[in-house]
Amino acid sequence: MSEAATTITFSNVSRFYGEVLGINKVSLAIPAGITSLVGPNGSGKTTLMNLMTGLIRPTQGEIRVLGVEPDHPEKLCRMVGYCAQFDAFPRGMTGYQFIYSFLRMYGWSNQECDQRTAASLQMAGLQDAANRPVAAYSKGMRQRVKLAQAIAHDPRVVILDEPLNGLDPLARAEAIALFRQWGDQGRHVIVSSHILHEVDRISDQVILLSQGYVVAEGQIHSVRSEVKEQPMQIEVRCDRPSMLASRLFQQDHVVEAKVSPDGKGLLLRTKDADSFYLLLNKVILDSGLEVESIAPADDDVNSVYQYLIGAEGATV
Amino acid sequence: MKSSWYRQIGAVMRLELRKAFLSKRGWWIYCLALGPVLLTLIHWLVFRSASISKDIESHRHMSHSLGEDSLVFAALFMFYYLRAGIFFGCMGIFSNLFRGEMLEKTLHYYFLTPMRREMLVAGKYLSGLVVALVLFGGSVTASFYLLGRHFGPAWTDYLFHGPGLHQLGSYALVTALASIGYGAVFLMCGLFFKNPMIPAAVVWVWENLEPFLPAVLKKISVIFYLKNLCPVEVPIPPPFNVIVVEADPSPFWIAVPGLLMVAGILLVYSAISARHTEISYGE
Repeated sequence: MSEAATTITFSNVSRFYGEVLGINKVSLAIPAGITSLVGPNGSGKTTLMNLMTGLIRPTQGEIRVLGVEPDHPEKLCRMVGYCAQFDAFPRGMTGYQFIYSFLRMYGWSNQECDQRTAASLQMAGLQDAANRPVAAYSKGMRQRVKLAQAIAHDPRVVILDEPLNGLDPLARAEAIALFRQWGDQGRHVIVSSHILHEVDRISDQVILLSQGYVVAEGQIHSVRSEVKEQPMQIEVRCDRPSMLASRLFQQDHVVEAKVSPDGKGLLLRTKDADSFYLLLNKVILDSGLEVESIAPADDDVNSVYQYLIGAEGATV
Repeated sequence: MKSSWYRQIGAVMRLELRKAFLSKRGWWIYCLALGPVLLTLIHWLVFRSASISKDIESHRHMSHSLGEDSLVFAALFMFYYLRAGIFFGCMGIFSNLFRGEMLEKTLHYYFLTPMRREMLVAGKYLSGLVVALVLFGGSVTASFYLLGRHFGPAWTDYLFHGPGLHQLGSYALVTALASIGYGAVFLMCGLFFKNPMIPAAVVWVWENLEPFLPAVLKKISVIFYLKNLCPVEVPIPPPFNVIVVEADPSPFWIAVPGLLMVAGILLVYSAISARHTEISYGE
């Protein structure tokens, strides 16, 4: 299978709303797995999602979703499921009718639509509420029925705009597990979220957007290592943090080292993580330092977001 | 799997019909359709009670001929159904097929199904047409029947052995053509205008000015063709009769295919435009 048929590609795509910029000159290749779109309000996340699903068209540039142009809904929408941010439903429908009615538009038989509806409602944990009007659902249930509707046709690409909004912690955990499962199955799962620590937990790769531009994209570790101007933070749990700190201060690349209040850890900031790891190995060999754990302390979406975009719009 | 377009259109129609017939927001369209039925029902009940009571004086006072009732229905059809009931009913039904979804922020659900947008337009239009035909076709038929019902066997004879059934068929045909024509106009208005009331008002004024327009301009109004298909001519009362401009009526074979063709062109244009319609809920 060609690469074009397995990725979602944006080639120099711009979208303007009159004179207002939606996104500008975006070029991306999104592989399978979970991709998170991160950025403050108005950064272009929803524009990007609407472009992928053909709900809006680019002012310039070209988009291909697994090789298909988004202005062919008859092909695209068999592969793509989109849970949009709008909390609106056709009037007077039950959860079952809502999913079933739109499945019928795929041209499937009653029986097939019925089976798919039941399966998706079960996946969303709404089988008991299936025959209640959607208007009587709680916000969390409405969010779940939208998710169920978006994936009822078993799409290869699942696009979810703020899917965790309105979900209680348990439902959130269940939804995240579901996204993980879809990602592991080789689907493209594209999620936008403000909740950075959850984005961090689920994402295979991130796309950081700010004011219509892609600021960074890729796996979060690679994105973090690209941010050279911000020293890396590393936390070392060991038996003699003060001794380690004294050795580290002799190095030019170490900007800061702080012993933790419990006296069993050291938080340091270094401009050259590779040199630090080499030095640490040497210290262990020379002095018999017992190291319990070493972990990057700012190798996450939240830190990268703060470094590249700033505090505006972040919800941690 | 190949898309089976007829199943897809059927699915759109099922969904739309459920929404249209069960919608509380459409109460005023039901009123438009049921108003004349109620009036003719009262007319029948009044005359029936008068004939039962054998109040000769009041019966004589109220009596009128079957021909007069036929003329009353022609006037009701021309001045109420065509110029108000069906027009505004179609406006309410068809302009909301897309605009209503945009206002309720639900159009994206349709756009995210693997349907060609042309099929979506067709499905929505056909469902609107079914609603309009059921409401206004039913209303015209019921009103026609009830208006002459008090004549008893004479009415039955008029219906089945006289011109009654032919007249009813003509009114039903005009109702259907009006629904087809205005439906196409208002579906397009709903796709193109944020507020379809404005183009609807323009069309309504134009349609109602039709008797006073020069012959050339008359021909670009829907009502000109429909009026000529009505089985009973309604005389224009004074003083309006002096300013009415007469024009040669279009023959049946031009009026009917012409109207269908215009509706078809509008629908094709709407379908092509729908392919390029974007979801913008004004946020």
